[in-house]
Formats: sequence, structure tokens, C-alpha cells
Amino acid sequence: MAAEREPPPLRDGKPTDFEELEDGEDLFTSTVSTLESSPSSPEPASLPAEDISANSNGPKATEVVLDDDREDLFAEATEEVSLDSPEREPILSSEPSPAVTPVTPTTLIAPRIESKSMSAPVIFDRSREEIEEEANGDIFDIEIGVSDPEKVGDGMNAYMAYRVTTKTSLSMFSKSEFSVKRRFSDFLGLHSKLASKYLHVGYIVPPAPEKSIVGMTKVKVGKEDSSSTEFVEKRRAALERYLQRTVKHPTLLQDPDLRQFLESSELPRAVNTQALSGAGILRMVNKAADAVNKMTIKMNESDAWFEEKQQQFENLDQQLRKLHASVEALVCHRKELSANTAAFAKSAAMLGNSEDHTALSRALSQLAEVEEKIDQLHQEQAFADFYMFSELLSDYIRLIAAVKGVFDHRMKCWQKWEDAQITLLKKREAEAKIMVANKPDKIQQAKNEIREWEAKVQQGERDFEQISKTIRKEVGRFEKERVKDFKTVIIKYLESLVQTQQQVFKIEVLMNGRKHFVEKRYSEFHALHKKLKKCIKTPEIPSKHVRNWVPKVLEQRRQGLETYLQAVILENEELPKLFLDFLNVRHLPSLPKAESYGSFDETESEESSKLSHQPVLLFLRDPYVLPAASDFPNVVIEGVLHGIFYPHLQPR
Amino acid sequence: MEVHPEAGKEGKPSCALVELQGDSSLQVEISDAVSERDKVKFTVQTKSCLPHFAQTEFSVVRQHEEFIWLHDAYVENEEYAGLIIPPAPPRPDFEASREKLQKLGEGDSSVTREEFAKMKQELEAEYLAIFKKTVAMHEVFLQRLAAHPTLRRDHNFFVFLEYGQDLSVRGKNRKELLGGFLRNIVKSADEALITGMSGLKEVDDFFEHERTFLLEYHTRIRDACLRADRVMRSHKCLADDYIPISAALSSLGTQEVNQLRTSFLKLAELFERLRKLEGRVASDEDLKLSDMLRYYMRDSQAAKDLLYRRLRALADYENANKALDKARTRNREVRPAESHQQLCCQRFERLSDSAKQELMDFKSRRVSSFRKNLIELAELELKHAKASTLILRNTLVALKGEP
Repeated sequence: MAAEREPPPLRDGKPTDFEELEDGEDLFTSTVSTLESSPSSPEPASLPAEDISANSNGPKATEVVLDDDREDLFAEATEEVSLDSPEREPILSSEPSPAVTPVTPTTLIAPRIESKSMSAPVIFDRSREEIEEEANGDIFDIEIGVSDPEKVGDGMNAYMAYRVTTKTSLSMFSKSEFSVKRRFSDFLGLHSKLASKYLHVGYIVPPAPEKSIVGMTKVKVGKEDSSSTEFVEKRRAALERYLQRTVKHPTLLQDPDLRQFLESSELPRAVNTQALSGAGILRMVNKAADAVNKMTIKMNESDAWFEEKQQQFENLDQQLRKLHASVEALVCHRKELSANTAAFAKSAAMLGNSEDHTALSRALSQLAEVEEKIDQLHQEQAFADFYMFSELLSDYIRLIAAVKGVFDHRMKCWQKWEDAQITLLKKREAEAKIMVANKPDKIQQAKNEIREWEAKVQQGERDFEQISKTIRKEVGRFEKERVKDFKTVIIKYLESLVQTQQQVFKIEVLMNGRKHFVEKRYSEFHALHKKLKKCIKTPEIPSKHVRNWVPKVLEQRRQGLETYLQAVILENEELPKLFLDFLNVRHLPSLPKAESYGSFDETESEESSKLSHQPVLLFLRDPYVLPAASDFPNVVIEGVLHGIFYPHLQPR
Repeated sequence: MEVHPEAGKEGKPSCALVELQGDSSLQVEISDAVSERDKVKFTVQTKSCLPHFAQTEFSVVRQHEEFIWLHDAYVENEEYAGLIIPPAPPRPDFEASREKLQKLGEGDSSVTREEFAKMKQELEAEYLAIFKKTVAMHEVFLQRLAAHPTLRRDHNFFVFLEYGQDLSVRGKNRKELLGGFLRNIVKSADEALITGMSGLKEVDDFFEHERTFLLEYHTRIRDACLRADRVMRSHKCLADDYIPISAALSSLGTQEVNQLRTSFLKLAELFERLRKLEGRVASDEDLKLSDMLRYYMRDSQAAKDLLYRRLRALADYENANKALDKARTRNREVRPAESHQQLCCQRFERLSDSAKQELMDFKSRRVSSFRKNLIELAELELKHAKASTLILRNTLVALKGEP
């Protein structure tokens, strides 16, 4: 263990960087789904779905679309899309085709911790936004924040209203910044409108947060208690993420309903969103029917890509659910741990109170303090776990459900097409019969019917083709978003973990340092002084005689000793081992070590006890004078910590 | 299930609980312990140069019940009324972890094989830790006896150490257990009666202070111990939670699209390593904090018992005084009453003297072991925090380094 307690290897850089450490708090209050900018390059050739009506160039077009998506996965800077790579199958398989592998090493994700709102430069379909084309390369962004939940009304009719603030530079909005009040059912209404419009043509409509009767009832009935505020905060975050996801979708952003939702101050009241209404029951019946349908339809999948994707999503869904369950357990246990730690802190404090040995009693109450802080940290960590990790997972579980829904729609489409074909076949047979029977008046009618059905078949085929294409595109987009989301969130989550750990670290140092402090007495200082005098030049030590134990005198003496020690350090290049021993630099991470601990890659400790970092030494308030001194987080220490730990976090 | 941990050699976790400054004339250790079904057999090895023993080195096999017997013999011996009898070691309790292991064996099918293996490993480690702790507790008991200047000279202790055969001590049967329970109730009632009803006045400030302190201290430390245990348990739960997370992540990683695969795998690895660290943190907390608290909870109970015995003696003394007064007024049987009063007085004074010494010892012992353990705890926590920060940072760098 001794090795870990060696003084750290010494850095040349000045460790005193007075930047405040990132506060752990912003970490978990900041909304989780801060998504970094999606590729800002103009999408080169994503042909809008409508243009690909002709069957002839269908496969080619798909290829193009896919290429775009792939390239977008990797970089913002890749503008040229190799349209002429015929060997690339239009399959987003897990093995990358050779052309894709040289991933452009751009920093796809620059994690930002502080941002509360998101910026999502949105890619536009060229054909749709012809006007925007000139402004090639510009970043159009739209930021949406959901904030200020407030309770409106009373009793069971009460509801929470949220403020939806939009900041944008898009020309389609009349103002660049505006905000509206919306309630939860409005969000649901928006979702159902969008879903009814886009789902059946194969767009993945981001799912709205789930209704929770229990939670809402609590909010409605209950007063201000922690569980209901937690619920509201959770819902707020979920709504924000929902809106952000929605506006990031290039097609959905164009939707008038969405625009109305964001802009107009009055919104028609969304109906049929209540969980217990007739419509709700209807929905449930529909869902059940769909499920039955799904079981009965046996579609012989013609496209390997779809098959693979479907399989993949199925697996993904399962895995994510499992992971989600484990993370929930983790969160739960962490909360438990935090509660237990708090309880322990209390009883440690009590124990400290009843302990009659003064030093031990103080140590115990410090332990209690530390435990309290650790409890705080655990709590924060639990929040971080929940808001970052768990919520991400649950969001994606819902998103995957949406993707599955899209697949189902494709299947339905296919079924329609198939039905049409069968009917056409029947009609043709009937016509043949009529021809045989030679009934001219009916022939005309039959021909008409056949034509009609042929058209229908074609329509169905087109529909199917189109939905397939859209789905492909959408899935590609979805994957892209997913990869980015996951990475960002994971990194952010890890960063939060690091921060928590570091805080635990700091606090532990505090505990040890303080503990040690209790044991140093003035006489020891004096003894040190005598010994030091023999080997190095020393400044004047404060006077030995103190008449009475009044706090003021003690405080003076404390200051005197502090300056004394600092002077010793400053005046002597080589510090004698004796001195370091006194400060316990080598044996125990007592406080002076707190300034210099740090780098983990410390290897061997040289025998030389020269301090090559700038000597920083400070005393906390003397525990004898003010036992309850608690202002440990000191700018110097934080700065040093920052210097030692965060060089890599500094703006590059 | 058979376990042969080299209990004496590696890890004597609880030796840190008390600092013993005994000389080398009598050294006791438990060199080995074997768990057979529901019994644990401890091999007690003694090195001594005391003339009482025939040899200088010998060892015997003892069971938990025999330790209890030894403890009871000390408690019941009137001679030691003025001393803090070291608390008896707790019963070896492997039921909980055995049960868990069994449950895991039956286990639901949702756990993958790797998870199962990991959980089993974890449980086995836990079992071993409990086992070691039990052994250490027994050892500490013997060592404290051996280090005490008075207690080490007890005949029963010699027998316990030397007698080669089984002591044929049976465990307490139900009647005795009930009797002990009743005795405890009577004792606490008596204590309340002495202090509350008869309004006995404490003659010595020192003891008055110690009494209030110990009473309060005992309840507090019991509370703290309970809480610390709970903290430790939830910490362990937390560590266990990392197992399925890590497993899910790695399986997610294997079937994930390319860009995420490495991230997921790295993350899985990270969680795996974090789990180990968390587990270590939990066990260190257990070792340094809750074990210490638990030991001192029992020790303070022993001290409380000592105070009770002293109080009882005081009450006897007062009663004897009264009886003497009565006898004198009636002028009947003055002599026996006098001698009885003398006896009580002597006994009380002897008790007070030794109790004072013992309580001082208790205090210094407590302070030094608290200090030692707390410092060690802080160091270990620091170390773990450092390690986990390192792991996290490395992973972060690796993740960021990826395109």
C-alpha cells in the first residue's frame, strides 16, 4: 500500500489552475438527451420519396439513399458520395463494405455537459426546401426546451402545463424565438396526428411519453412531495426529448401540425387521448386486432435486408429490455444505498455525540459529515443513472416499438398488394370464362374491372415499394441517430461517473486529512522546529507561550504555524525528509498531500524529496478552534485538482 | 461443504479490532479451521513458557460451543466480577450464504451461464469471507484472554488450551436458553430497580459518568452498527447489479452494428471492473467499519455488565449497612451482620478498583482501534476511489478516441 501513498510524480505544468471544477449538479439536471449536432453538411443527393415513382430506377435510387445515410454516420465532412460503387449492396449489414471502413476521423461527438437545450441542425430534403438550397452549408437549427411545469386547476381536472420554448433560425417560423404553453394531452394529440399522417407511409414517428395514471393522480391529489415533483420532472424531460426527436426528423419538421403546436398560442383541445375514454378502448381493440393480424399474415420476405433488420430489432428490443431492467435495479439499489448511508451518517453523528473521547468524537462526527456528503453523491449518481442511462434505454425501447410498427405497416401494405393481385387474377379468370361463354356485354364490364384492379395492383406495388424505401431510409436515419445518441449519452454518463468518483475521492481525502489534523499538536510543531533548525534555515516559529486558551489566540497561533510551514517550504529547495515526515507526505495522505496527490500513473518514487510542483500548503481552520469547520472545497485545491485531472478536458 | 482456509496465516481481519500488548509468555492462535456440515472445528495452537504447562507448544481442536462454555465460566466466576470479560465470539453462521448458493443453484433460467458463474464466484467469496471472519473472532477472544493479566491465569482457560480430548461440552438446551433469557430479564429489571426505585446514590462520579455514557453509547453503537451493516449490504447489492448490466451490454455488443459494438464491449468491461471495485469497497467497509462497530457493541455490552455487577455489589453493601444498623438497634446478631457488612464493603471496593482500571483500558483500547480502523478505512476508500477514477478515465479516453 505504501506505493500508492508516494508523492505523485511531478508535473512541470503549473497545477494551480483556478478553474472551478464542473459542478456535479449541472450534470444531472441538464436534460439528458442533449444531442450533438448531426452532420451539418448538406445532404447531397437524398432524393425525396416522391421522385422515385418510376420503378425502373428504383434500386439505384435506394442505393443512393443508403449511401447518404452511411456516410452521414461517420462524418459531417464527407460530401462526395460515391454513386458509382456498384459492388455495394443496398444492405446496411453489420460488416462494412470496404468503401465505408476508412472512417473519417472526425470528432463526431463532442460531449457537452452544460447545455440544457439542444441544437439540432436539421438536414433538409433538397427538393422540398428549394429555397434553402442556396444557403448551402448553413446550419439551420432549432432548439426546443420544455420547462416550467405548473399545475393548472384543482382536483381531478387539474393538469400540468409546460412551457415549450423554441429558438430557431428557420425561415419557416415567423419569429426566431417563441414559447407556448402546452399540456400533456396536447403532446399526445400531436403524436397521434403525426402518427396517423406518417406512420403508414413508413416514417418512424418518435413515440410520445407514456401516460401514467398513477403518477398523474398523485400529482393531482397530492401536495408538494418529492415523488410527485420527481414524476413531473421526469415527464418534463421525457417531453423535451420527445419534441427534440420529432423536430430532428426532416419530414416531420415540415408538418403544419407540428408548426402549429410550436407556434400558435391556441391549440384545439386534443381529444381522445385519455387513457380511459372510448377512444382508448377502441385503440386497445385495434391493437389487439393488429396483433392477431400479425400472427396470421405469413409474409414471405423477399428482401434480405428487411429480414435481417427485423431480426436485429427484435434482438435489440429484448436486450434493451433486459438492460433496462438491470439498470432500474441499479438505480433502485443506489437510492437504497443513499438512504442507508444517510441513516448511517445520522447514527455516526449520534455516536460521535455520545463518545467521550474528544478527538475520537470529532473524528466520528467528521465521519458522519463525510458520509452525509457521500450520501448526496450517491443520490446524484442515482439521478444520473436514471436520467441518462435508464431513460435513454426506455426511450429507445419505445422507439423500437415505433420501428416495429413501421415494419408492420409495411407488412400490411404488402398484404394489400397481394390481395389486389389475387383479385386481379380472379378477375382475369372470370374474364376468360366470360370470353369462353361469349357474353359481350359482360366482357366490357369485366375488362373495366380488370383494368381497375390492375391499377390497384400497380398502386399497391408502388405503395409497397415506396414504403419499403421510406423505411429503409428511416431505419438508416434511426440507426444513425441511435449510434450518436448512445455514444453521447454513454460518454456523458461515464463523465458523470468520473465526477462522482472524484468527488468521493475528494471527500475521502478530506476525511483523512482532518482526522490527521486532530493528532498534530503545537508541541510537535515545536519539536519539528528544533530538529529543522539543525539542518536548514528556518523562519521564526511562533512564540511558544500562550497564556490562555482563548479562540482568538489560538487562531493567531494557527495562522502563525501556517505561515511558518509555508515559509519552510518556500525557502528551501530540498526539503529534509524529516519535514515531509512531519507532514506525513509519505505515510499518510494527510492534508498537504491532498494538494499533490493525483496522477495515477505514478511509478517509482524517487528518493529525492524535492517537490517539483509549486508548493501549495494551506491549513483548514484549526479544528481545535472551530471544530465544525466545513468549508473544505477550497479554490486552491479545486484548481490543483483541475490541473491534474482535467488537462484532457480542457478545450482542445 | 468443506473449507480449509488457512485462517491463521492469511487475513486475520479482526485482529485489528483490538490491540493487544500481551507479552510473549502465552501466545494463542487458531492455526486452522475446518467446516463440517453445521460444525466448525478450530485448531487452537498455544505457545507458552509458563511453568503451568507441561509443554511449550501444543494444539487442541475446539468447537464453538466450547468457546461459549469458556466465556460462561468466566462470567459466572465471582472472582472476575470486577473485570470486563471479553465478549464471546458470535456463532458461526453460514446459513445465509449457503441458502443463497442453493437458491442460485435452483435459479431461474433467465440468467446466462456467465452470469451464473460470476454470481456463484461472488457467493463463494462471501462465504469464505464470513468463514474467515468467524475464525478471526474466535481467535481474538482467546487472544484477549491470553493478554489479560488476571484472566490468563484461569484454570478453565488452561484446561481449554491444554486438554487434548474433547471437553464434551454440549450446547445449551432449550431449558437453559430460556433460563438465560429469564436471567437477562431479571438482571435488567434488577438494574432498573436498583437505580430507579431504591434511589441508590452513586458514590463515585467516575462511575456515574461511565454509566450514563455506556448506556447511551451502547444503544448508539448498536444503531450505528445496524446502519453500517445495511449500507454494506446495499453496497453489495449494487455491486451485484453490475453483473447483469455488464452481461447485457456485452451481448448487446456482440450483435450490435459496427459503430457501437466496441463501445458496448468496452462498457461491459468497464462495468465488470467497476463491479469488482464496488465489491471490494463493500467488503472493506464491512471489515473496517461494521466489524469494528459490532465488536465494540459487544464489548460495551460486556462493560455494561461489569457496571451492573458493581452496582449490584453496591446495593448489597447498602443493604448490609442497613441490616447492620437494624441489628445494632435490636442488639441482636450484630457480629454476623458486621462481618457481612465488612465482606460486602471489601467486595465492593475491590470491584470498584478493578472496574475503574478496566474501564480505562476499555476506553483506550476503543480509541486506538477506532483510530486505526478509521484511518485504514479512509485509505482504502481513497485507493478504491482512485482506482475507479482511473478505470473510468481510461474508458472515457478510449471511447472518445474512437471515431
